Amino acid sequence: MHAATEQILRVNRLSKSFFGIKALDNIHFDLKKGEVHALMGENGAGKSTFMKILIGLLKADSGSISFNSEQIENLDVHSIMQKCISMIHQEILMVPELTVAQNIFLGREIGRAYLLDDQAINQKAEDLLQSMGLNIKVRTKAKHLSIAEMQLIEIAKAVSHNARVIIMDEPSSALSEKEVEILFKIIRDLKNKGVSIIYISHKMEEIYKIADRITVLRDGKFIATKNTADLDKNSLISLMVGREIEELFSANSLAQPEVVLKVQNLHKKGKFSDINFEVHAGEVLGIAGLMGAGRTEIARAIFGLDRINSGNIILKGKKLTIRSPEDAIREGIGYVSEDRKTLGFIPELSVKQNISLSSILKYSKAWFIDNKKEQTATSKIAQELKIKASGLNQKVMNLSGGNQQKVVIARVLLASPFLIILDEPTRGIDIGAKHEIYKLIRQLTKGGLAVIMISSELPEILGMSNRILVLSKGKQKTILTQKEASQEKIMQYALH
Amino acid sequence: MHYINKLRQYGILIVFSIICLIISFISPQFLTVSNWTIIITQVSINAILAFGVTFVIITGGIDLSLGSIVAVAGVSAAMLAHPDSYPLLVPVFAGLFAGLLIGAFNGFIITKSKIAPFIVTLGTMTIGRGLALILSNGRPVSNLSDSFVFIGSGKILGIPVLIIILIIMFILCSVILNKTILGRYVYAVGGNEQAARASGINVSQVKIAVYSISGLLAGLAGILLTSRITTGQPNAGAGFELDAIAAVVIGGTSTTGGKGSMTGTLIGVLLIGVINNSLDLLNVTSYYQQVVMGIIIIGAVVLDSLNHKSNS
Repeated sequence: MHAATEQILRVNRLSKSFFGIKALDNIHFDLKKGEVHALMGENGAGKSTFMKILIGLLKADSGSISFNSEQIENLDVHSIMQKCISMIHQEILMVPELTVAQNIFLGREIGRAYLLDDQAINQKAEDLLQSMGLNIKVRTKAKHLSIAEMQLIEIAKAVSHNARVIIMDEPSSALSEKEVEILFKIIRDLKNKGVSIIYISHKMEEIYKIADRITVLRDGKFIATKNTADLDKNSLISLMVGREIEELFSANSLAQPEVVLKVQNLHKKGKFSDINFEVHAGEVLGIAGLMGAGRTEIARAIFGLDRINSGNIILKGKKLTIRSPEDAIREGIGYVSEDRKTLGFIPELSVKQNISLSSILKYSKAWFIDNKKEQTATSKIAQELKIKASGLNQKVMNLSGGNQQKVVIARVLLASPFLIILDEPTRGIDIGAKHEIYKLIRQLTKGGLAVIMISSELPEILGMSNRILVLSKGKQKTILTQKEASQEKIMQYALH
Repeated sequence: MHYINKLRQYGILIVFSIICLIISFISPQFLTVSNWTIIITQVSINAILAFGVTFVIITGGIDLSLGSIVAVAGVSAAMLAHPDSYPLLVPVFAGLFAGLLIGAFNGFIITKSKIAPFIVTLGTMTIGRGLALILSNGRPVSNLSDSFVFIGSGKILGIPVLIIILIIMFILCSVILNKTILGRYVYAVGGNEQAARASGINVSQVKIAVYSISGLLAGLAGILLTSRITTGQPNAGAGFELDAIAAVVIGGTSTTGGKGSMTGTLIGVLLIGVINNSLDLLNVTSYYQQVVMGIIIIGAVVLDSLNHKSNS
C-alpha cells in the first residue's frame, strides 16, 4: 500500500435531515488520491445518503465539502465534482438491445453531423476493455451479458469518463471469486493511475483485501476512520454495531436420524446432473460452488420454479412430483430466493399481507380472509423474527433490506415447512441482521427443521453447515463434514 | 408524512367534492335528488364495466373486449327475451354466460400463450363484434318482453333498478377485492407476479378469474343496456371499454398493477358523470365535453405519477 498523501476530497461536519430526522449528523470524511477507502456501516447508517450528496442527487443542509483543495460553494456539488465522480450502482443500468460499445459511449456517441461512427466507437471500446484486461466482445448486445460482465462494463464506463473518484456500491455482490479477482486487479490499476475509490461492501474479506482505510458510520454519525492494518475484524464489527457481537456462528445442532429430503440423480439439461444428497431433520446442508455451478438452479428445481428432466425428489419418504412452487409449498418445502426483489416479496403489500401470502388459506374461511387470525399469526412471527417496521400495515417497499429479508423468511416459515432452502440468505444485509438470521437458523434446526443453505461466503458456509456439498459446473464434487471442511478444500473442489 | 400520504389517497375524492361544490354554485339544479338520479342512472353501465376491469387492471392487465362483450351479451339476451318466449331468467343467464365465456377465453389465452393482454383482448374485441353481427344477422333485435325492459327502466320503491344493481355490484366487488383470498391474490399478482408465483399462488388461475369477472360484468352491462334501449344492437357498446378504463385510471388505479381500489373506481365513474352532467346543465356542447374528459384523464395520471415520485 503506497502512502498517497494528497487529498482529493475533504468533508467536514456534513449534516442532512429528512422531515426533522437527522440522516447524517456531523460527518467527517477525507479521501486521498489513489486510495481505496471503504465506507462501512449497517443499513440505515447513512452511507447511501452520504453518497447521494457526493454525486449531487441530494444537497446537504450544513457542513463543508472541498474537492481538489477547492471549497465547494453552497455545498453545490454539481459545478465541479459531478464531472469527476462516478458511481457504480448496485442495480445495473444498461440498455439491453444496445451493444457493449454503444452502452459504454451512451450519451457521448462518436460521429459527425448526426451520423454515428460505429467503427470508431467499437475501436475505442475495445482499447478501453483491453487496457483493463477485460475479455468481453464489444459487439455483444448487453442482454447477452452476465450480471458480472455488466458490472465490469459499468466500471469500464466510469473509467472512460476519466473519473477521479469512483464510488462502488456492493460491486462484488454478483461476482464469482474469479471475477472479484479481476475487479481487484482493475481497482489496483486505477489506484496506480491516481484514481480514488470509495468502496461500499458488507463483505469483510474483501474490505481487508483491498481497502487502505476504513470509515465507519453508525446511525448517521461518524464513528471512526482507521487504517485497515490497524483495525481487526472484531473491532470493526463492534464499531459498526456499537456493541460486541458474541461469536458470529454458534455451534450447530446435531442432525436427527430422520431423513427429510432425499434427492436422487437429479438432472436438468445444461444446468446440472447426477445430484444425490440427503438432508436430515435439524441439519444445515450447505451448498458451495462458484457462480454458474448450478446451486440456485438445483434449489429452483426442488422448489418447482423450473422443471427437471429426470431424477427423484423424496420428501419424508414420499416421492414428489413438483410442477410449481404451489406444489412445493403444499408438500412442505420453502424457498428464500437470492433475488429478494424479484422473487421475495410484493412491495406494495403490507408486512402482514406479505407474511401471510403463502399460507392465507389457513387464515380464512370459505374464501374470506379472517382478519383476526391473520393479524394474530403474523404479529407473532414478526415479533419472533424481530422485524422492525412502523407496524404490520407498513408497506414492505419501505423497509430496509434486512427487514425485507426477514419478512420473506417469515412468509416461508408461516407455511410450516419441513425443509427450507435459503439461497444467499444474508446477501446485501448488514452485520446485525446477518447475526440475527444465523441465530434464527440455529433456533429452527433445533426445532427439527431441515435447512439447505446456499452461499458464496465461505465463512458463512463453514460456520453454519453440518455438511457441505460442493458443486462445480453442474456436477456434485463432494460432500464434506463440517470437521473436514476448510476454505481451501472447498475451493479445491469448486475449481475442479 | 403519514398525513400527507393519507391526503393523497383521498386526492381524487377532494377533487370530486370541489368540482361538485363549484357546480352547485353555478347551477342550482345540480344538487337535486332528481338530477343525481339522472347522473347515477347514466353512469351505471359504465360503472359496472369499470368495476370488472378494475380487477384486471390491478393485476397489471387490460381488457379491450368489454364493448364487444356488451354487444354479444346484449344480442344473445335480446334474442331470448321476446314476449311469451322464455322466463326472464333465461335471457339474463344467456347474457351473463356469453360474457363469462368470452372473459374466460381471454384469461385462458393470456395465461397459456403469454401474449400481452392488450393484443389478446384486441383480438377478442374484433371477434366479439363479429359474433354479435353473426348472431343478429347484422340487424337490431327488438320486440322485448315487458319484464326484460323493466330491468333497464323500472323502479323499485321509487329507486331505478339500474341504481339498485349498481349498488349491489359495488358492494359485491368491494368485498371480493378487500375481503377474499382472490382479492389479496389480485394485488399480489399485480404487485410482483414472479414473487406471487414463488409464494405459491397459482397466477394463471388468478388471471383467468379476473378476466372472467370482467367478462361476466360486461355481460351484465350488455343486458342492462339492451333493456334500457329496448333493442339488442350488434353495434352497441363500441368504445365503452375506453370509458371504463378511463374511470378506473381517474380513480387512482395504477395501470402498471398492484395498486387501486373499487371506491376509487366508483368516484372515477361519478366524476365523469358529474362533469358530463354539469356541462349539459351549462349548455356546453358535447364536443367540448370530450376535450374536458381527455384533460381529466391525463391530469389524473399525472397526479398519480407525481405521487410515485414523491413516494420514492
